[in-house]
Amino acid sequence: MDLKEILRQKREDIVDRWFEAILSSYHEDARGPMRRTQAQFTNPVGFNFREGLEGLFDAVLQGMLPDTVTGFLDAIVRLRAVQDFSPSQSLSFIFELKKILRAAAGAELSGDPETADELVRLDGVIDDLALFAFDLHMECREKIYALKAQEARDMTFRLLQKAQLIAEHQE
Amino acid sequence: MSKLPKPAELAKVSYQLPKTGWMDTPVEFKPGMFCHGSKPKSLELVGFPNPREWRPADADWKLPENWKEIIIEGIADRLKKYRSFRLFMDICVRCGACADKCHFFIGTGDPRNMPVLRAELIRSVYRKEFTTAGKILGKMAGGRELTLDVLKEWWYYFYQCTECRRCSVFCPYGIDQAEITIIGRELLNLLGLNIEWIAGPVSNCYMKGNHLGLEPHTIVGNLEYMLDDIETVTGKRIKPTFNRKGAEILFVTPSGDLFADPGTYTAMGYLMLFEELGLDYTWSTYASEGGNFGFFTSNEMGKRLNSKIYAEAKRLGVKWILGGECGHMWRVLSQYMDTWNGPADFLEVPKSPITGTVFENAKSMKMVHVAEFTADLIKNNKLKLDPSRNDHLKVTWHDSCNVARGMGMLEEPRYVLKSVVNNFVEMPEDTIREKTFCCGSGTGLNASENMELRMKGGFPRANAVKYVHEHHGVNMLGNVCAIDRASLKALMEYWVPGVGVCGLHELVANAMIMTGEKERTTDLRGEPLPSVAAKEEKA
Amino acid sequence: MTAIISFIAVLLLVAIGYVGGSAGPSVRFLFGVVIPYAAFIFFVGGLIARIMKWASSPVPFNIVTTTGQQKTLPWIKHSKIESPYSAFGVVIRMALEILAFRSLFRNLKTQLHEGGRVAYGEAKWLWMAGLAFHYSFAIILFRHLRFFIEKVPVAVQMTDMLDSFLQIGAPLLYATDVVLLGAVTYLFIRRVAIPQVRYISLAADYFPLFLIFGIGATGVLMRYFTKTDIISVKMLAMGLISFKPVVPDTIGAMFFVHLFLLSVLFAYFPLSKLVHMGGVFLSPTRNLPNNSRAVRHVNPWNYPVHVHTYEEYENDFRDKMKEAGLPVEKE
Repeated sequence: MDLKEILRQKREDIVDRWFEAILSSYHEDARGPMRRTQAQFTNPVGFNFREGLEGLFDAVLQGMLPDTVTGFLDAIVRLRAVQDFSPSQSLSFIFELKKILRAAAGAELSGDPETADELVRLDGVIDDLALFAFDLHMECREKIYALKAQEARDMTFRLLQKAQLIAEHQE
Repeated sequence: MSKLPKPAELAKVSYQLPKTGWMDTPVEFKPGMFCHGSKPKSLELVGFPNPREWRPADADWKLPENWKEIIIEGIADRLKKYRSFRLFMDICVRCGACADKCHFFIGTGDPRNMPVLRAELIRSVYRKEFTTAGKILGKMAGGRELTLDVLKEWWYYFYQCTECRRCSVFCPYGIDQAEITIIGRELLNLLGLNIEWIAGPVSNCYMKGNHLGLEPHTIVGNLEYMLDDIETVTGKRIKPTFNRKGAEILFVTPSGDLFADPGTYTAMGYLMLFEELGLDYTWSTYASEGGNFGFFTSNEMGKRLNSKIYAEAKRLGVKWILGGECGHMWRVLSQYMDTWNGPADFLEVPKSPITGTVFENAKSMKMVHVAEFTADLIKNNKLKLDPSRNDHLKVTWHDSCNVARGMGMLEEPRYVLKSVVNNFVEMPEDTIREKTFCCGSGTGLNASENMELRMKGGFPRANAVKYVHEHHGVNMLGNVCAIDRASLKALMEYWVPGVGVCGLHELVANAMIMTGEKERTTDLRGEPLPSVAAKEEKA
Repeated sequence: MTAIISFIAVLLLVAIGYVGGSAGPSVRFLFGVVIPYAAFIFFVGGLIARIMKWASSPVPFNIVTTTGQQKTLPWIKHSKIESPYSAFGVVIRMALEILAFRSLFRNLKTQLHEGGRVAYGEAKWLWMAGLAFHYSFAIILFRHLRFFIEKVPVAVQMTDMLDSFLQIGAPLLYATDVVLLGAVTYLFIRRVAIPQVRYISLAADYFPLFLIFGIGATGVLMRYFTKTDIISVKMLAMGLISFKPVVPDTIGAMFFVHLFLLSVLFAYFPLSKLVHMGGVFLSPTRNLPNNSRAVRHVNPWNYPVHVHTYEEYENDFRDKMKEAGLPVEKE
């Protein structure tokens, strides 16, 4: 059977493992509530992570189109970008998928050269995904700094206006 | 030479957190999670203890030698003064129902942000110092010594709680973490351990009458700018009065609305509404602050700042007081003002001069929320409204925590909103009304240096907005809170770009047809009205 | 760790009770009469002292947590229980809180909303186990009245009958025995199995669970297995309440374990978190009406504070005020 087909059949299990891998970067005591992945609004972290990972998994198998992954990646990366992680920690969850896919494929297809090739191709897709994620992470960080600057500007806007230091809009 | 980890080491990065229990794990100060320490001048101006230059991340906090004694005495004193405190120290059974109700816990995943654990930070010291079992058994009975590490932990986590009271809704004993944070912050303030974002506004408000430190002429000047903008939009020049004796009503609103967008649009809304009604009212530059950052430092400071409202009402000889849109402001007004600085027997029971409605529910404290006031106007058909002027907006409603859980005002703003906009969508049920999620920036935590904390804390709120944005095309988040207007803007920009933030009375003013106004082509923000935009498109 | 220490502590108490119950008459008198008396006095005295202590601290502010619409304009529907305005509303709110654990139920409602298959229905179990535990405990206590009253009242007989409606075994199995032990077991398991609950748990949380389990288990053992002589137990009980205590020789050691654990529970009660029973009545976020705008709440220790008066303010800004055209008191 085709590797992708096998992985697709094991989707639930693979995403479970991936989800657990990402949870392991949180405090043990925070993981329980996060596992309530049905709770879209009262447990937005678990819900978004789970939904995001499912989407990413499907995208990886389809060879991934940038447009389809952005939303799913955003659901995860945007939050982790403001949590207490270094960039490498924040994004390492993506590489976990490589190990998980190998483990899932391993038992049934070990030694099959075609599978090995296919796995390497998937690795490439995952690497691309990581690069996208890196861009997004940076975008989020930059946004945070921009917001800090913007709030400072807003605070002084009226003062500047009063001092007639702000020119009227010229169309 | 290189301190960079090798790739193999990087891959091994372990996220397993220390296995030690929370009592034995000292807190680590993480950037973006806390605010700047209070400046000496801010504390000196209001006579707070221990004014000095200090930085929270430094090891030395320059505390007085007997700091421990001060705290322990402070706890003893407050146990005698507050039944809530004494009770909440004793009766928690640690059932865990509150754990995942806190927006900060949800967003940070930090167990010490579980309400129960935040309370245990003080409770553990209480047990050790004030209970027999704790004195004898120590840690076995859940007691622990008050050390500098513990004090730092208190500071870090009591300035990661917005006193939103969501946990208290779910607690089977009604234990309110807000109450514990209030007292925790009081204790910290005994040692001068405040944040500048609170201490600065407090001293401003004390000396100048408002948090932003706007001096009387600046208030008038800022309002002039708004009046210019109103004239541009409506063709009408409004002339409000200030500090006018003999006015019927004193109007008090959070100063944030006089200063920065989008709060200013709400203030413009008030000005236009009162003008249209011909209301006999006055602004005050002395009592120019409805909000109360003093409440975030100590009960006494809250009272000192709040005193100006009644004092000014008395000096000006008004009949009653009308209050603007704000969150914590209204918890303080509803649950504290009359007790602190009442009875306001020199005032009359509020009665709307337009409809004749008597606000019996405010008959002792004599202050009415502008949303209650406007709801009554609309119900009695006193306003000419054209909600289609807001047709470019799809609005959802954020219940501000303290208005919802410390006052119970849920329907009035909704009634007003539904009358002035055609497109209104509620967010999912578990995130509104008494279960509303905090903006993540309340209680003076809306500084910029703690942006990461704010984004995490506001995530559950933003997540619900995102849902209605994606599913119903919502593009405006309405609320009745100045902190919301100031902070949700950033929150939306980060999490749900494309959703703006506005106060209730901005929408009212947009929809309200004023007598003698010119044909409006834009809303208060200068955006073309939907009808105009449609015409332009055709042409 | 704390769980293990608590467990050992309770085992130790069991052993002490057993040794005491197997010893000579004077020691049995100590365990059968002196300790129960002392524990009861400690319980009542301690509970009163604790409640007095709470009550001695005033309620300076009306800090009711509103969970519904305030009473306001007449045409807006007021939520009479969630945001009570009158004493009657407060009574209903408190009754629902105490009898039905309303706030915990709210938790459950929230989770039901999450729709789909409920992957994590903990809240439901906590609410149910909490209710089951407290009610079965109350019924069991009530059933025990038959030992203390010569002619067993009809109400107690009825309870007895209903409680054994399952008609299993001889003597008939009480449903509450099963429910109590089951609920305690569940409350223990969730404490160790749910990480964030384990994290916050103290020895003081495990100890009472083990203790109550011990009391329940010894009760069950006596009723269904070791067959304690009920007549003698009733003699002891009647003696205790009529202040003419006797300790019949026919009472087995198991009973002394039961009685000793119960004595410990009574004595421990006022010192521990178990006093939440009394505390919930005093909770100011629940037992106050939401009427602080209409009726002034008085703070007994309200004191005058330093304020920045208008006069001082005008002195600071008089020139600027005049320049901006603002009226001033003094020219």
